[in-house]
Amino acid sequence: MSSSRAAESSLLALNQQEELEDLPREYPLSTSEDEGDSDGERKHQKLLEAISSLDGKNRRKLAERSEASLKVSEFSVSSEGSGEKLVLSDLLEPVKTSSSLAAVKKQLNRVKSKKTVELPLHREEIERIHREVAFNKTSQVLSKWDPVVQKNRQAEQLVFPLSKQQSVFAPIEHVVSGWKARTPLEQEIFNLLHKNKQPVTDPLLTPMEKASLKAMSLEEVKMRRAELQRARALQSYYEARARREKKIKSKKYHKLLKKGKAKQALKEFEKLRKVNPAAALEELEKLEKARMMERMSLKHQNSGKWAKSKAVMAKYDLEARQAMQEQLARNKELMQKIQVASESAEEEGGAEEEGEPFVPDVVNEVQVKADRPNPWMFRNHSGDTKEAEVQGDPEELAEPAAQEAPESEEEGPVVAEEILLKEFEERRSLRQKSGLNQIAKPVGSQEAKDLSSQEVLSELRALSQKLNRESHQSRKQELSSTRTVLAVQREEPAGEEEEPLLLQRPERARTLDELEELGKEGCFQNKELPRVAVEGQQLERNPSNHLGVPKEKKRKEQMIDLQNLLTTKSPSMKSLAVPTTVEELEDEERDQRQMIKEAFAGDDVIRDFLKEKREAVEASKPKDVDLTLPGWGEWGGVGLKPSAKKRRRFLVKAPEGPPRKDKNLPNVILNEKRNIHAVAHQVRMLPYPFTHHQQFERTIQTPIGSTWNTQRSFQKLTMPKVVTKPGHIIKPIKAEDVGYRSSSRSDLSVVQRNPKRLSIRHKKQLKKISVD
Amino acid sequence: MKVKMLSRNPDSYVRETKLDLQRVPRNYDPTLHPFEVPREYVRALNATKLERVFAKPFLASLDGHRDGVSCLAKHPKSLATVLSGACDGEVRIWNLTKRKCIRMIQAHEGFVRGICTHFCGTSFFTVGDDKTVKQWKMDGPSYGEEEEPLHTILGKTVYTGIDHHWKEAVFATCGQQVDIWDEQRTSPICSMTWGFDSISSVKFNPIETFLLGSCASDRNIVLYDMRQATPLKKVILDMRTNTICWNPMEAFIFTAANEDYNLYTFDMRALDTPVMIHMDHVSAVLDVDYSPTGKDFVSASFDKSIRIFPVDKSRSREVYHTKRMQHVICVKWTSDSKYIMCGSDEMNIRLWKANASEKLGVLTSREKAATDYNQRLKEKFQHHPHIKRISRHRHLPKSIYSQIQEQRIMKEARRRKELNRIKHSKPGSVQRVSEKKKRVVAVVK
Repeated sequence: MSSSRAAESSLLALNQQEELEDLPREYPLSTSEDEGDSDGERKHQKLLEAISSLDGKNRRKLAERSEASLKVSEFSVSSEGSGEKLVLSDLLEPVKTSSSLAAVKKQLNRVKSKKTVELPLHREEIERIHREVAFNKTSQVLSKWDPVVQKNRQAEQLVFPLSKQQSVFAPIEHVVSGWKARTPLEQEIFNLLHKNKQPVTDPLLTPMEKASLKAMSLEEVKMRRAELQRARALQSYYEARARREKKIKSKKYHKLLKKGKAKQALKEFEKLRKVNPAAALEELEKLEKARMMERMSLKHQNSGKWAKSKAVMAKYDLEARQAMQEQLARNKELMQKIQVASESAEEEGGAEEEGEPFVPDVVNEVQVKADRPNPWMFRNHSGDTKEAEVQGDPEELAEPAAQEAPESEEEGPVVAEEILLKEFEERRSLRQKSGLNQIAKPVGSQEAKDLSSQEVLSELRALSQKLNRESHQSRKQELSSTRTVLAVQREEPAGEEEEPLLLQRPERARTLDELEELGKEGCFQNKELPRVAVEGQQLERNPSNHLGVPKEKKRKEQMIDLQNLLTTKSPSMKSLAVPTTVEELEDEERDQRQMIKEAFAGDDVIRDFLKEKREAVEASKPKDVDLTLPGWGEWGGVGLKPSAKKRRRFLVKAPEGPPRKDKNLPNVILNEKRNIHAVAHQVRMLPYPFTHHQQFERTIQTPIGSTWNTQRSFQKLTMPKVVTKPGHIIKPIKAEDVGYRSSSRSDLSVVQRNPKRLSIRHKKQLKKISVD
Repeated sequence: MKVKMLSRNPDSYVRETKLDLQRVPRNYDPTLHPFEVPREYVRALNATKLERVFAKPFLASLDGHRDGVSCLAKHPKSLATVLSGACDGEVRIWNLTKRKCIRMIQAHEGFVRGICTHFCGTSFFTVGDDKTVKQWKMDGPSYGEEEEPLHTILGKTVYTGIDHHWKEAVFATCGQQVDIWDEQRTSPICSMTWGFDSISSVKFNPIETFLLGSCASDRNIVLYDMRQATPLKKVILDMRTNTICWNPMEAFIFTAANEDYNLYTFDMRALDTPVMIHMDHVSAVLDVDYSPTGKDFVSASFDKSIRIFPVDKSRSREVYHTKRMQHVICVKWTSDSKYIMCGSDEMNIRLWKANASEKLGVLTSREKAATDYNQRLKEKFQHHPHIKRISRHRHLPKSIYSQIQEQRIMKEARRRKELNRIKHSKPGSVQRVSEKKKRVVAVVK
């Protein structure tokens, strides 16, 4: 408010100034005012005027002075007579001539040019702003203590006094200044020292020594130590990681690791080839060496013990078969002859283009198929594929086995192609990995001359199966009805692979027409499940038909009850049934029930409870005591039992206890073991820091005494929270104690400065606050 | 024929010298040491009982003053030296080990309102009702010398409190305003006011030494910044605060002793709600002092008792009283955090143990281990009803006891009334205000 007022006033002042400046132009100086005093002059002027009046142009009516008192006042200057306003410049005009008044004029000009100053803020307000600024600053300063305070509050043990006495370096001579040599030995040593002119007195240390002593300040040492610690920690971390990785026994993991490494190496090689051909050549040589080694060894020839065992199993076990194939593929890969490096280096650019003709049709085919917009359309839901695989696999097995023999002979020509193929293979595998469930089945069935493509296929198959297995967990809910998902995806015009959870899409039921269309599509495509589809169609045809819905529901529930398990079919049916508006609500309800069913699938609560109760009753019943002594009064030995008569005689029947309190309460088990004498010693409510009674019980269960613990752990367990040294003064915590740098400037010196003067920055802040 | 025998290496059981402890082989098999929980429970119970048996906190009473003790001060360098000022203007310096007065000065006419020591322990300052600030040498005058203050500053108004800076030769007094003085000058280098009221106490922050806190009779607590020479913030409570004390380990925490029987711990950055309200006293709290470890504080009250509170608990863990102790005016926790001193109306200074059942003197390592173990056992089983009851039991004088009962009834009545009001008004129209918020009237920026 005040500021706005100030602004207004300043504006006003400005206007006035402008007026001041403008005025002189409008009103030229009147001649009447600079009338001379002397008579001669006046006469002269009159004459001049007369002459000018003769001209008749510049004639001006002069104000006649009629009454002196009106115009000439001792209090103010008046210009009433002339009908003109007196302005500042009028007064300035005569000054122009006299040089002695230049200073005054300058001052006046300065006054004129200056703008008006804003009104200062109210004192209280200024103080308030001061306080606010100071408070913010102070709380900022204080917040540096937060971590320290937090740490101290949570510390297991605090040892006071906090600041440890720094061991001060004191030269031995200072310490023993009062000491004198007494014994002959000491005297002898002293003499020796004096003879050698060892610095016994000051200066005790040479400058060099002093410098070396002071070389590293405490902070530096701390920093250095921290660095070292960090390095050590990092090292140990890496070591630990390496050790951990080494320990992993999973073959799959290592296999993946190896594969990853190989891929990485290949990538690097590619890069190297582009950047540094010479180095790439060396790499190639290395590969060549590896190939030689491979040719020499029998490592991947499926001739080892393991391979033989696998070969036995191969007939029945899919995995074993695959493992064997992998071995062979590896062998093949390692034995590939590498093209001459110089060629590859030269061809760099053209390699890809030239590569095309080398590529067999099969590979292209696979690519084309992978590139299709909807891979689901082409072939695949896990169920189908599995079946297909089971059928197809024996064939596949046969094929590579058959090809094995010719291949070893054909090796030469094949190898040349394979390097070029590698790139394509990789690209393809990448592409195909994205469509996980997809398997290039038709390719497999085709007769493939090229082994490399065959390898790729088998590899891919293995991969896809593996991934299937892995993803099984995460997608359990949908996968239980994989068909559903797939079917719905099929309904979609352009199936996107990234969205498997299509059931929850929001645009499912927009209008009835859309739904109908969807339903038609669904029925058209779902030929595999005709019954359900028909039902769905029925529903879709009469969406307002309420009777159909409960019937369907009932049937589903029956199914669930029958199986008493998490069923896989019901959700699939639900999704296959074309969604209708009526079903929306029902869906939710059913979902709920479904979820509960699923959550408690397989446990019969009531039966369990009854069983538990029976057990409790049994356990609480008093037991009979059998006092029979075998072999007492009759023959005893192995295999001989005391006679029934004896047993009956010595069996002490326990008296039947009082009836149980929960005898007539079928849904309740009342524990009768409660001991009223122990209650007085038991904690009734869970004490504060604990969130679960088990936590509390555990703390009580673990003993802390030395009877149950080793000396070391006993000490650790009974460590007091605060330790003080007797007879030591505990000073308040200081910034240096916790590693902060304390401010060097003294509180006093600051006060002695003028405290009221504000810095420019503060002023700005002030202004800003006041504006707000 | 080979005969199998048990054999032992004598190194594992033979002592090297007879002064060595016998090595006892231990078997930690838990089956050999059954019933660990019941056994430890019994040990804890015994430890708790013994703690109560040995809880004899009162150590000594220093008598000699001829009027009520109005203020106490610790010596910054010597644990055994304590200074006290009385209501008749007398200042005494005590030796705690000998439990004797070693020096006596008639410092002021009327009350000695405040006393504080220089941070290096060479001198101390007193303010009194005679509008003077006096600096005294810590050592007594040599033979034949007069007992005279080093400096005397005559002020225009009465000074009601004084505190010395923790690192520099600066002290602060309070009265009508907070003045900051250089020791070498006779006029304050800076004085800070915020409204007009009589300020009863001023305290320097021991960690961030440029901060000051003061409390005035118009129910407010004001914080000042010495560097920027401005007040920072003011919080107005329900009733008057008698004094404040800063936590020596946590720079932004202070505790205020209030007339409404409670103590309020504040975080100075957020004054609108106290961090904790400490209630147990049944009359106005007159003084408060932190333990140097910053974990507990002691408060002196008009109800003739002193209480020890853990900083993070709202209830006291200990109450000290004797038949002869009257209204306790001032209290101090010694700088080794072992003892508590309190000065009261009936002219005595009393020395207490900070831990009532602690054994004084040097402990052998076994004793120490035993006390540590017992302490830990007590903590472990502290929630069990028997142990809880025993460890909480305190004897109280009848007056305090009956007042506690009375206040409990009053509190319950207030609570019930509030509940009823909420119950019988339109839902949402009566808001429930938390106890912490209720006590703070306003925070003035």
